[in-house]
Amino acid sequence: MSMKLFKRRGSPPSPADPTAQAPDAQSAFFRMEKINKFYQMGEEQAHILKDVDLALERGEYLSVLGPSGSGKSTLMNIIGCLDVANSGRYTLDGQVIEDLGEGELARIRSREIGFIFQNSQLLPRLNAQKNVELPLIYAGVPPKERRRRAREMLERVGLSDRMGHYPNQLSGGQQQRVAIARALVGNPTLLLADEPTGALDQKTGRQVMGLFRELNDEGRTIIMITHDMNIAKNARRVVHIIDGILTEGGGTADA
Amino acid sequence: MLDSLRSTFIMLGECVKMSLSNILGNRVRSFLTVLGILIGVAAVIALITTVNGFSGSLSSSFSAMGAGTLTVTVTGSDLKSGLSTDDLATLAAMDIVDGVTPSVAMNARVSRGGSYKTGISVSGKNGYYFTRNADLLSRGRAINFTDEDNMTQVCIISTDMVEEFFYGVDPIGENLYIGSIPFMVVGLMTEEGSSNISDLMSGSPDILIPYTTALKLNSANVVTSFTVYLAPGIDSETATDQLEAELDAMFSYEEDCFEIMNMSSIEDTMQNMLNMVSALLAGIASIALIVGGIGIMNMMLTTVTERTTEIGLKKALGALPWQIQAQFLIESFLLSVIGGALGILLGLTLSLILSRVMGTSFVISTFAIVLGAGFSAAVGIIFGWAPARKASKLNPIDALRSA
Repeated sequence: MSMKLFKRRGSPPSPADPTAQAPDAQSAFFRMEKINKFYQMGEEQAHILKDVDLALERGEYLSVLGPSGSGKSTLMNIIGCLDVANSGRYTLDGQVIEDLGEGELARIRSREIGFIFQNSQLLPRLNAQKNVELPLIYAGVPPKERRRRAREMLERVGLSDRMGHYPNQLSGGQQQRVAIARALVGNPTLLLADEPTGALDQKTGRQVMGLFRELNDEGRTIIMITHDMNIAKNARRVVHIIDGILTEGGGTADA
Repeated sequence: MLDSLRSTFIMLGECVKMSLSNILGNRVRSFLTVLGILIGVAAVIALITTVNGFSGSLSSSFSAMGAGTLTVTVTGSDLKSGLSTDDLATLAAMDIVDGVTPSVAMNARVSRGGSYKTGISVSGKNGYYFTRNADLLSRGRAINFTDEDNMTQVCIISTDMVEEFFYGVDPIGENLYIGSIPFMVVGLMTEEGSSNISDLMSGSPDILIPYTTALKLNSANVVTSFTVYLAPGIDSETATDQLEAELDAMFSYEEDCFEIMNMSSIEDTMQNMLNMVSALLAGIASIALIVGGIGIMNMMLTTVTERTTEIGLKKALGALPWQIQAQFLIESFLLSVIGGALGILLGLTLSLILSRVMGTSFVISTFAIVLGAGFSAAVGIIFGWAPARKASKLNPIDALRSA
């Protein structure tokens, strides 16, 4: 596990990596095909996601831009394996998500996905280092290695002097950086951020975006969900979602 | 396999740490939650320990009163109203019998000099009685076989009698009048007096005299109450049977002429009654445990609702449903066991105080402690199950959204 971590950090995988899977339809790193999601609302059935198609290569940095009620949260839940589509096919790192049970979904969340939430969502009773260790606890990583990796990640996000601080002793930006360290510590294949700057002022928001860019430069695949165009344009690729329909917004030409 | 076992243990260890920090982080609330369990366990422990101590004291006082003895009360027939001295000698000669001591009880007017007192309990004993109850005497000499044979007018008196008639005088060698007959005081009883069961039933006697003298005072020639001391190693049940056969023969097989009291069977009956009472009380006290369990369940349900976001987050970070369930189950288990441990301490303290007040012995009952600990652990798991299950079933999306 630790070897893998060092290797990943030393030589980030890129689309050009010969060991990466060929980007064909069957074995793409991330592929959604005709994803549909309905919610039963009393008598009526709400059609939240309509035939969503989306494909990503390793190392991409994508933002999903949409207003509230557009279905972007639902899309995030499905990408993050917190929810399963009603129809369509979603493959992540070679695994077909629709086929998996609750326990296997949890395992995918633990291994493949690093979540970053709007309100950092740190546990107030745990200090920064313990918060970062949390995903490793559920992955069954032994305490010593857990500590080492948590410290490493906190150093990576520039909080080496804040490891023993509790969330209420940290600023909003610092809290969000702890959350990013927590998302990174399991060495996931995909970072999934939901309005990561939503609770931050502009300056700290920019710092967090800078950190995202760095992580992407290191080879991390990032999907960021936002309603803010100014934030979305930090990504290298933007897709729009409106009323459950996803459209390609081209690159960051307007950035 | 070994790896997954190892990671399971690591996970459970973290659950214990997190649960403890939650419990200790909410000290007042946790204490109030476990109060029900605490009181329930304390009540069960105090009851069982106190009853145990009481029954310990009971059985030791029973054995002082006469383990290894049979007490016979004779009602007699028309032809034979009681046992003669020869009959007693016959009984004393039986293989199963070590010795026989008659009790000839009467109430008398006792006087000395100008003062007198009526209704004093006087009991006639033989020499053998004092060989078995040597500790009855604090000073002076016992009634011996010579006194018995010669119907001497000597007596042994209680401390009450000393205070009544011999203020500032050494009673030994002085005379005391029972009725109008002078008796010389030859010995003094200890403060405790007689603990013999037949004496206790007729009121502890204040004056002991030779039984032959007592028979003469009573104008009687038969003994109607006596205690049989069994030979060492004789079982009281078989002894009762043999004694019954012998007495039946003496009374020509007439019905209902005597009654044999077997102390150990009385003790068994009393112990059984005591055990039933203690089981009943412990049963009532365990209702408090159930109420305490409901308190824990209520608290855990509240906690699950309060920590919905935390649960959703942990699920998003890859926690499996059983891991969430384990965490909450461990928390309710720990709460309940902490309550149980405090309850055991409180219960033991209470029963220590009670045993001091009641003058019974204080014996820590392992059974009670195991029962209290086991009960509280079971309550924690049973009443923690539903809330933990609820937590594990929470949908991570709903859970995170509620933030």
